[in-house]
Amino acid sequence: MRESATRELWVGLFVLVGLAALAWLSFSVGGVESLRSGGLQLIATFDEIGGLKQRAQVVIGGVRVGQVKKIELSDDFRARVTLDVDDKLQLPADTSASILTAGVLGDQYIALEPGGDPETLQSGEQIQFTQSAVILERLIGKLIQNLGGNSGGSSQ
Amino acid sequence: MSPAEPVRALGATVLGAVRGLGRFALFVLAVLDAGARPPFRLRRLVRELYDTGVLSLLIVCVSGFAVGMVLGLQGYNTLSRFGAEESLGAVVGLSLIRELGPVLTSLLVAGRAGSAMAAEIAAMVVTEQLDGLRMMSIEPLDFVVAPKALAMVLAMPLLATLFVVFGIFGGWMVGVAVLGGDGGAYLTTLEEAVAFWEDVVGGIIKGVVFGLLVGFIATFRGFTARPTTAGVSAAATSTVVLASVATLIFDYFITALWGY
Repeated sequence: MRESATRELWVGLFVLVGLAALAWLSFSVGGVESLRSGGLQLIATFDEIGGLKQRAQVVIGGVRVGQVKKIELSDDFRARVTLDVDDKLQLPADTSASILTAGVLGDQYIALEPGGDPETLQSGEQIQFTQSAVILERLIGKLIQNLGGNSGGSSQ
Repeated sequence: MSPAEPVRALGATVLGAVRGLGRFALFVLAVLDAGARPPFRLRRLVRELYDTGVLSLLIVCVSGFAVGMVLGLQGYNTLSRFGAEESLGAVVGLSLIRELGPVLTSLLVAGRAGSAMAAEIAAMVVTEQLDGLRMMSIEPLDFVVAPKALAMVLAMPLLATLFVVFGIFGGWMVGVAVLGGDGGAYLTTLEEAVAFWEDVVGGIIKGVVFGLLVGFIATFRGFTARPTTAGVSAAATSTVVLASVATLIFDYFITALWGY
């Protein structure tokens, strides 16, 4: 009887530790926080979002203040991005959002730049000023085109 | 020897394989049927959870830690070439949660607990203990097989999760504590890269499916073992081989279907 009691204790411990590990993976690492949407919901519309993904960071001056919650196509075929931002922030109404890249090959994120408007953005409101992602390939393509056009012109 | 002999042998092999698959499917159905109706053998289940779960804890945690350390070392050296050491957490975490955690745990548990499970049942076949149970009108599928298979299904996802957690810790140990990477970035990139639904739930599903595979293959091989000493060892061996191959094959299909 005593032997089976210790065995039951061990099995209970095993299940407990396993579930604790699972909870850590789910809540801390996996971030089930997307279910909890208590933050400020802001909408920004971009012409081009490049490689922006869900759960990408939203920063102000390099400090993380939230994440990208949803990306969808708007009625006029632009990218409609919903941001989940810390609800303690009092962002001016003329805040602008731009999509930037961390390093050359790094992940893309959204940087907010607060303006000077005394009015503040409320949840569900639209960010008016947006700057699209810079697509490196297009930039290089344009550069090559320009260079090619110039050298072609001079040689002839 | 008639010229048709090789053809006949080939046909017999194929038919034998198909028949074996059919027997396996019927066995699984019979075990599910026996396990789903009372009496529920909770005491037996706890005992089997101890044998497959608790006794596999050490090997799974140590292996997870070692695999995490290797991932940390390899990942750090490769990533630092591109100046992207801070992505180490994402590399270690994603490869562990999606693939290495469930697959390696399944291989380890098949070798550690699956073989023992098959050998135990096969030894009961040899010593006619299963017939003894039947004589006492206790159904062996209900009393012996179902708790073992269920314990495997329950223990596998938990063990795989512990493997992953120890692996993440091992990667942190090498990447941050030994090589001097940024500890904050390790956790941040990890949290950012891992999505709950695609990655964590996908990993758990793999754990459950691998548990089903190993549990049922081990009990089937034991239950249908030839009643000889060689039959016991053959059951243990073929359990490890079959369960490992099945794990690797099913891993591909779960990955493809879950849509990573």
